[in-house]
Amino acid sequence: MNSKYIAEDKLLLLEINEELDHHTTETIRRKADFEIEKYMPKKTIFDFNGVTFMDSAGIGMLLGRYKIAKMLGGSVEMINVKPSIKKVFDMCGIPKIIKIS
Amino acid sequence: MKSIYENEMKLEFLSKSNNEAFARIAVAAFASQLDPTLEELADIKTAVSEAVTNCIIHGYEDMEGIVKIESRIYDNTIEIEISDSGKGIEDIKTAREPLYTSKPNLERSGMGFTIMESFMDEMKVESILGMGTKVTMKKAIKKYEKSKEEECMYV
Ligand SMILES: Nc1ncnc2c1ncn2[C@@H]1O[C@H](COP(=O)(O)OP(=O)(O)OP(=O)(O)O)[C@@H](O)[C@H]1O
Ligand SMILES: [Mg+2]
Repeated sequence: MNSKYIAEDKLLLLEINEELDHHTTETIRRKADFEIEKYMPKKTIFDFNGVTFMDSAGIGMLLGRYKIAKMLGGSVEMINVKPSIKKVFDMCGIPKIIKIS
Repeated sequence: MKSIYENEMKLEFLSKSNNEAFARIAVAAFASQLDPTLEELADIKTAVSEAVTNCIIHGYEDMEGIVKIESRIYDNTIEIEISDSGKGIEDIKTAREPLYTSKPNLERSGMGFTIMESFMDEMKVESILGMGTKVTMKKAIKKYEKSKEEECMYV
């Protein structure tokens, strides 16, 4: 995962470049929390351009980061979500909680 | 002995989380002989990943054990059986409910069974406490539409 913080917009960009399953989410979770707690961004954007696979472990990981970001006064968004991954999000009702654009 | 199925395969591997990707890719490769669409293949990979992950985190609770996969192909259908010899499920009906998880503290969403059920045509769960759990899933792979077009060319 690559991260970029744009201070003037208080925007944290987290680019995921792995398949999201139980094995990979542990590391991503740790890195994302570190960045979110360090910057306390107004908005955190997960870029899914490099994500070709995701199962329910990805859902758990995202909901967890959403809760932390919200607790610190920020919001979460996802961009560049592929259709096969959007299908998993839709199935789990994620679009009602986290914005996908 | 001749198999009653068109094709069959078996896999056994240690309950290590880095085998989750191996398992779904292996089953997808086996399924590819049915000529599935990319969407059907993604559905199969996701369902396999859910079942294998459940064996590792719930069945064996991160201790070492063996996860087994058996898969069969017949009548344009793939059948996948994924099992562990771990702790088993006490109440299968509750476990299958959307959002139910016995490990909410580990950020599980409780959507694994719901995803398997909706991405595959059929899903059966069998479990004996202290003995293990077996999930059997089936998915029919639709015949590619091209046959119609090809037929038209012959007319
Ligand atoms: N192989 C298994 N062995 C023992 N218990 C299991 C097994 N598979 C599922 N379970 C039980 O069924 C529950 C529901 O499983 P499900 O996959 O739907 O959700 P989850 O694994 O808890 O969360 P998620 O899959 O969203 O990360 C689990 O919390 C667990 O208690
Ligand atoms: Mg699960």
